[in-house]
Amino acid sequence: MGGAHVASGRESLGPIGRRADGGMKRKLALLLVLAIALAALPFVGLPQSWESILYLVFHWIALATSWNLLSGYAGYFSFGHGAFFGIGMYTTAVLTTRFDMPFAWTLPLAALAAALFGSALGAVAFRVRSVRGEVFALLTLAATFVLATVILNTPIDGGPGVYLNAVAVPTLARTASGSFYLLALGAAALALVVAVVVFHSRFGIGLFAIRDDEDVAEVMGVPTYRYKLVALALSSGIAGLVGGVQALFVAYVTTADTFGIALPLTVVLMAVLGGTRHWAGPAVGAIAITALLLGFTSADNAIAGRVVLGLVLIGVILFLPDGLLGGWMKRGARVRRLEGDAAARAVGADEIAAAAASPALREPSNPDAPVLLRTRKLAKSFDGVRALDGVDVEIRRGEILGLLGPNGSGKSTFINVVSGHYLASGGQVEFDGRPLARLAAHRVARSGIARTYQIPRPFAHLTVLENVALSAMFGAGSLGRRQAEAEAWEWLRFTGLASRAGSLPDSLNLHQRKFLEFARALAARPQLLMLDEVLSGLTPSEIDAAVALIERIRAGGTTIVFVEHVMRAVAALCDRVLIFDRGELLASGSFAEVMARPEVVRAYLGQEDEGASPAGAVEPEAVHAA
Amino acid sequence: MTLPSAGLLAQAVVGGIFTGAVYGLLGLGLSLSWGLLRQINLAQFGLAFASAYLAYELQQHGIDALFALVLLPPVFFVIGAALQWVVERFRVTPFNSLLVSFGITIILEALIQWIWTADYRRLETPYGDLKLKLAGVYLPLPEMITLAISAALAAAVWLVMRRSDIGRAIRAAAEDAPIAIAFGIHQKALALGLAGLNAALAAIAGVCIALTYTLAPSQIFAWVGVVFAVVMLGGLGRPWGPLIAGCAIGVVEALTMAIAAPAWAPLVSFSLLLLLLLCRPGRA
Repeated sequence: MGGAHVASGRESLGPIGRRADGGMKRKLALLLVLAIALAALPFVGLPQSWESILYLVFHWIALATSWNLLSGYAGYFSFGHGAFFGIGMYTTAVLTTRFDMPFAWTLPLAALAAALFGSALGAVAFRVRSVRGEVFALLTLAATFVLATVILNTPIDGGPGVYLNAVAVPTLARTASGSFYLLALGAAALALVVAVVVFHSRFGIGLFAIRDDEDVAEVMGVPTYRYKLVALALSSGIAGLVGGVQALFVAYVTTADTFGIALPLTVVLMAVLGGTRHWAGPAVGAIAITALLLGFTSADNAIAGRVVLGLVLIGVILFLPDGLLGGWMKRGARVRRLEGDAAARAVGADEIAAAAASPALREPSNPDAPVLLRTRKLAKSFDGVRALDGVDVEIRRGEILGLLGPNGSGKSTFINVVSGHYLASGGQVEFDGRPLARLAAHRVARSGIARTYQIPRPFAHLTVLENVALSAMFGAGSLGRRQAEAEAWEWLRFTGLASRAGSLPDSLNLHQRKFLEFARALAARPQLLMLDEVLSGLTPSEIDAAVALIERIRAGGTTIVFVEHVMRAVAALCDRVLIFDRGELLASGSFAEVMARPEVVRAYLGQEDEGASPAGAVEPEAVHAA
Repeated sequence: MTLPSAGLLAQAVVGGIFTGAVYGLLGLGLSLSWGLLRQINLAQFGLAFASAYLAYELQQHGIDALFALVLLPPVFFVIGAALQWVVERFRVTPFNSLLVSFGITIILEALIQWIWTADYRRLETPYGDLKLKLAGVYLPLPEMITLAISAALAAAVWLVMRRSDIGRAIRAAAEDAPIAIAFGIHQKALALGLAGLNAALAAIAGVCIALTYTLAPSQIFAWVGVVFAVVMLGGLGRPWGPLIAGCAIGVVEALTMAIAAPAWAPLVSFSLLLLLLLCRPGRA
């Protein structure tokens, strides 16, 4: 593995070193070579004591790496790895001793049983939306002890434990310890291969997005619930497999030794020490901690060993919260960011100027165009406050529609409900002839709706390129990983962010972050684009650039709904505006006409100022020159 | 499976309420730190057992456990505040604080096992076997003390939270720390005090555990599941929640033990927790 992560460090596309091509195959090839070399060792005279030590190392690599598939990639820390591992142990123990099943056959069943249990647990825990991570951690911890109780008090164990002395060890090598060495090596290799493949897959980038911001991931089309379940099933399945091997290795299985707290603690510690955002992190941590624990093997030292584990866990979190590989990845990102900054100063300014200067292909939208989105009596309440109260809206294909209204009038809530970020309390949404209101947010994204966030919410640990590629993968386009990157490059060039492709979002300024939101929404290839105050906080020249960008997007055939307080942009861009007030639709029509209506004036300026014109207050003359 | 007599069932219900008092006592500190400090403090269990063993040790030296009830909470208050200071100092994120408190509990468990061994220990007091008989139901004195303490503490915390300026400040800081700070609330000092209070609650819970249960280091993690179920059922940051939910779970557990078999009791809280998550996923 040593060679593998050095290789990833050479990649130029991002601090994570995650890339659709090349990287994965090289890592897999290296893993394969390494595994074959290690597999040859028992046949060329590796001493038995070393076989046992390396068995332990592989055992922990497999467990820590499998734990990381869900807990590291998606950020859902599980304290229940002992439960999955234990299910594997007992599956093998019971099947080999009571049903005389050959050991090798029990391993897939051990993995399956653990995966099923994990999925069932996840199906419940992942329903919780508010304090999800914590609830999952506690539920998995509790599940471990409940499982121990069940096994101890049913005929599965019944109390005395299960002996596997009479079970034949498969002869993979000349000695039994050699065979166990190979079995554990196989499990470790399997776990690492799965970790690498997931790391580089669409699935993997979806998991990383879940870890950074689950709500946004869902709205961008990542099927978060299903992905978490699959990751948990993979994670628990591999743990079950390792447990099956371990059952035969120890030859005596008891609930007290199996379902303790030591295993989840050790696994969490290994992964956190090595770095949970890197596929190789847990393996690095596993090697380090196993070496440490070998110093505490005798019974007297077991207690001291646990104290050391506890101290290392606390120390790592206080002083090395990103883990060994995490710190190394960050350093890489910093270097690239400095390079990127210089490049951006040279290129970015020109691109933005060019975007602002390009002539807009403005054609008035066709009033007879078919309706793309229709809402009926759409409602949303928060603890009794009616943020949306029976809103009927029709949006025609190809138009630019502005949503206006005072603060708190329901504009952003409208976007949040239509995009699935919030579940509607009532009413219907029909998009392209299909009902949307009860769909999960990721299905809404798939069907062709993309949105930006008023306060940009990029995935903090994904590069700019990965942020954009993610929405190309999970949006309406549903592209494969490689195509998605090509698509992402296109939109990065379109928004003038190409020079920042390899940076992390926290190195971008506000204007660049807003454009990143644009690029992400556009890469989804939406039919309907909803922009939530993309212009707020920008300087006048940045606003000009953004307005030009929006006109180019519309010229490409995308229907646009935007919430905006910058009136000159609204006047310049919108075919039609809707005025919201206190959750209800107050008026609709062309900008100039609507803004002159007395009820709109009242909504904006209050009851007393009936004579004043809001259009005057917002200077419609100052509209964008284009 | 035959239904036990009414007398046995009544005894089980009373026993369940007494168990619930301990759940409520352990859960109160957890609920406060989860609801108000946004920390899931697994160290509460380690600290409670450390306190339980210290009470046991004091009794061995002729100092009554009830005296420990006065002696230990101030000491633990300082420990809790010191731990909070470290969490604050290193800007530990809420989730990482869960891992840190996990590490602390592991260390405490190992230390307890090292000092007092893994054998079972029983705190013997002169009044430990005293019980009242009321309408055919036995009410042991240590359990009654525990229930009284649990109810008194819940009432005290409720009063402080509702009626005092400090309570209002704590609730405001939990709602929105930056805004509360802008209004002149010394949020860091409050957090230190609250963490200290939680540790003191752990100390009291520990003494009560020592009074009513046989101690073993391996028991520490056995409490985690049921007490967290209690905390989540009771609602975060609500003083009466853990005691009420604790008694409810305690009674159901006791009835399960009486009707089915004692070994199945741990399944009760877990099933209730799953039910809660399935029926009201927004609540937890």
